[in-house]
Amino acid sequence: MFQTVGKPVPRKEGREKVTGEAKYVDDLSFPGMLHGVTVRSPAARGRIRRIEFPVDLPWHEFTIVTAKDIPGENRVALITDEQPYLAAEFVNHAEEPVVLLAHPDKHMAEKARAVVRIDIEPAPAVFTMEAALAQEQVIWGEDNVLKTFLVEKGNVDEVWANAEHIVQGEYRTGAQEQLYIETNGMIAIASPPEGVTVWGSMQCPYYVHKALLKAFPVAPDKIRIIQMETGGGFGGKEEYPSMLAGHAALLAWKSGKPVKMIYDRAEDMAATTKRHPSRTRIRAAASSDGKLLGLDIEFVIDGGAYPTLSSVVLSRGTIHAAGPYNCPNVRISSKAVATNAPPHGAFRGFGAPQSIFALERHMNQVARAVGLTPAEFRRRNFLRTGETTATGQVIHEAVNLEHLLDRALEHSDYHRKREAFARENEGASIKRGIGFATFLHGAGFTGSGERYLQSVAGVEATTEGQVRILVSSTEIGQGTNTILAQIVAEALGIGYDQVSVPRPDTSEVPNSGPTVASRTCMVVGKLVESAAIGLKLTLVKAGLLAENYTSQEFVSACSQYVAQFGPLKSFSQYQAPPGIYWDDDTYRGDAYGAFAWAVYVAEVSVDTLTYETSVDDFVALQDVGRVIHPVLAAGQIEGGVAQGIGFALYENVVWDRGRMVNAQMTNYIMPTSVDVPRIRVYFEETPYEYGPMGAKGLGELPIDGPAPAVLNAIEDAMGVSVNEIPLMPERLMQLLVGTEARAVESGVA
Amino acid sequence: MRKVRIEFRVNGIERSVEAYPMERLLDVLREKFGMTGTKEGCGEGECGACSVLVDGQLVNSCLMPVLQASGCDIRTIEGVAARGRLHPLQEAFAQTGGAQCGICTPGMILAACQLLDRYPRPTDEQIREGLAGNLCRCTGYQKIFDAVRQASEAMAGGT
Repeated sequence: MFQTVGKPVPRKEGREKVTGEAKYVDDLSFPGMLHGVTVRSPAARGRIRRIEFPVDLPWHEFTIVTAKDIPGENRVALITDEQPYLAAEFVNHAEEPVVLLAHPDKHMAEKARAVVRIDIEPAPAVFTMEAALAQEQVIWGEDNVLKTFLVEKGNVDEVWANAEHIVQGEYRTGAQEQLYIETNGMIAIASPPEGVTVWGSMQCPYYVHKALLKAFPVAPDKIRIIQMETGGGFGGKEEYPSMLAGHAALLAWKSGKPVKMIYDRAEDMAATTKRHPSRTRIRAAASSDGKLLGLDIEFVIDGGAYPTLSSVVLSRGTIHAAGPYNCPNVRISSKAVATNAPPHGAFRGFGAPQSIFALERHMNQVARAVGLTPAEFRRRNFLRTGETTATGQVIHEAVNLEHLLDRALEHSDYHRKREAFARENEGASIKRGIGFATFLHGAGFTGSGERYLQSVAGVEATTEGQVRILVSSTEIGQGTNTILAQIVAEALGIGYDQVSVPRPDTSEVPNSGPTVASRTCMVVGKLVESAAIGLKLTLVKAGLLAENYTSQEFVSACSQYVAQFGPLKSFSQYQAPPGIYWDDDTYRGDAYGAFAWAVYVAEVSVDTLTYETSVDDFVALQDVGRVIHPVLAAGQIEGGVAQGIGFALYENVVWDRGRMVNAQMTNYIMPTSVDVPRIRVYFEETPYEYGPMGAKGLGELPIDGPAPAVLNAIEDAMGVSVNEIPLMPERLMQLLVGTEARAVESGVA
Repeated sequence: MRKVRIEFRVNGIERSVEAYPMERLLDVLREKFGMTGTKEGCGEGECGACSVLVDGQLVNSCLMPVLQASGCDIRTIEGVAARGRLHPLQEAFAQTGGAQCGICTPGMILAACQLLDRYPRPTDEQIREGLAGNLCRCTGYQKIFDAVRQASEAMAGGT
């Protein structure tokens, strides 16, 4: 049916990556380049009294930038423009940037960073969501609240009186570091006449463009952002690169020289964004025959010291909080609160992993209360085609969660294992368990987001008949270059090798929107498909191409067109699929154009001596619409599952008064090759009418399921319900020893 | 501290460099020789992105003072392909999806080189253990395991 789509074609930039030729920002160097560093606040909150430069360094050799050197506004433009590039008088979190230094010798720059002293008169600070909610100190606005949402369906207040079962629970998830292996980095060249040019590691070149436009008094076309090969993002290079690009550009602007700023790992971990910590309280009502009657969900996330992206993270978390279930009465009230931690930000999943963790743990508790297995209880409540989500979105897609569940449980041999483990665990020192999670993930920006973005993508044919894809969508490892080229090759009926994807450079490519929100394949893919069809029609209308043609005929048509009429380009702008409606005021309507649906099953063993949990097998089954590239798609799922296992079991950000104290790979532990199980990936491919060749989004989906699946498996193994992640061995020990002690006391041991 | 002259071989070519004895081998390779295929991921020997082979041993070049490399035979990612022809491991990483963002890939390939040197037909356990010092945040390692198995077969087949 397809020539290129669905085939494991070679990754576009694969050869450069396996030979080490691929150029990341730190691999670039310019003559006369300075090295920039950042001096950061030692305190979580307070007034800057003084900045001291000890006399024993040759300060005349340095370029020094503080807030007063910023030629434009001292605000990093994002959704609201409240975060400063450099704190001027007051700091709101530890590690907040205050002074920038640049020197030709990077060792000197590093030495200087360590000796500059920022003297701060401390002010009382807030470090937990509880303290923020209790308004122990008001550190933001009138009540520490950055954003709230309320989603209502039916009337949840009426269900409690007549419900046979009411189950309450509280769930918590910790901060998580994106931990891309390439740290954040930028190089800038800037001057008043020439404007600002930045090369760097980033997901969203036009976010950086917008941010610099505010900080520098130059025309939009005098700001040029070029994405270098980017060593992983996971959301961590969505908004922070705007800050760092601004810093490098400020030093370049003042010094008149190219400035490179590359964070070391400790700085990257301590100062840049992480996943929002969360607390979810759920009260659920169910009937005796296992029907969900009501869900009352209170979802709170810790936004850190500035609003940045918290409102949209909260939005996605809120909408995903009710999961893939048909519940007639739902209330989700949510809040993002301010604390004096560095702002939390985008991380794959964007709020959804937090609220889905809570719901998928809670579904098991309700199932037990009702007296059904986790599988049977979910089966009775799955959302089906024609039914509505919590926001009132009618599901038009053909979705069959029961089938997905059956298939996933079969692949994982769930029923047999569950029974066998229950039998074998008796008296065993290593206890085994199996658990699963069922979930959905919306692709593209939430609600009206895509309409506001108005993304544009293009294609250009050269005289040699090569087609170049013009997008600002970035390749960050997930396969943008390859899948977009496949889509264009398919749409034009030409070879994959005839399509290329130039490096995103805002002076050459249109704004196809940020590379976030599982939108690149579904939304941008559709745009490049439309643009390609437009290009073909242009050639046909010019009389240069017949309806049916060979690759060679396409090449000669392009060549003739360019010779006769000049450059051959075609652009396409986003238009919402028909029938999509969203109301920002009531937060009701079609939250996403399409959802991906999934069932993940985890098998674990827990060592009752060391309290270590290992994940022994993992089945990830999903329907993401048409799979454009089977190898890259499976790679996305496997990587997301590994990150999700890290989120559940290993990755523990240790805080001390708003500062991450384990900002090292030595003691912030991500899964290694010996920690991950075999991850078995399966796709169902129900084509989505408005996606390119039927594709939906899949990048974020895989991080939603592993944590609840793993914790459900631990519950199966140990008979203890753990509602907080990351679940470190010491925490499990405390919980289990506590349970045993209580059991002994009450004589049931 | 004074700079000293240090000599060693990199990818078979004799090199001589004036450097501080405690400069990191990583920085000398990247900054003095422009061999930027070797990456820095953490600077503390945890992630393996800076892995190179020193006399056949896998070494974190961010932890090795350049003086210690004196007289040694160093192999970096730039020396893995022979005369423009990809090494079977490079072919396999590209084909199986073992490289996503690519930043861990050079180090991972060198770790895999050493692994296949020790165990030409490695077991799954040996692959996992052999790559445990090289972190990858993109792949969940599955496709990297596939790449090593595929390369092992290709090399055994004499291709």
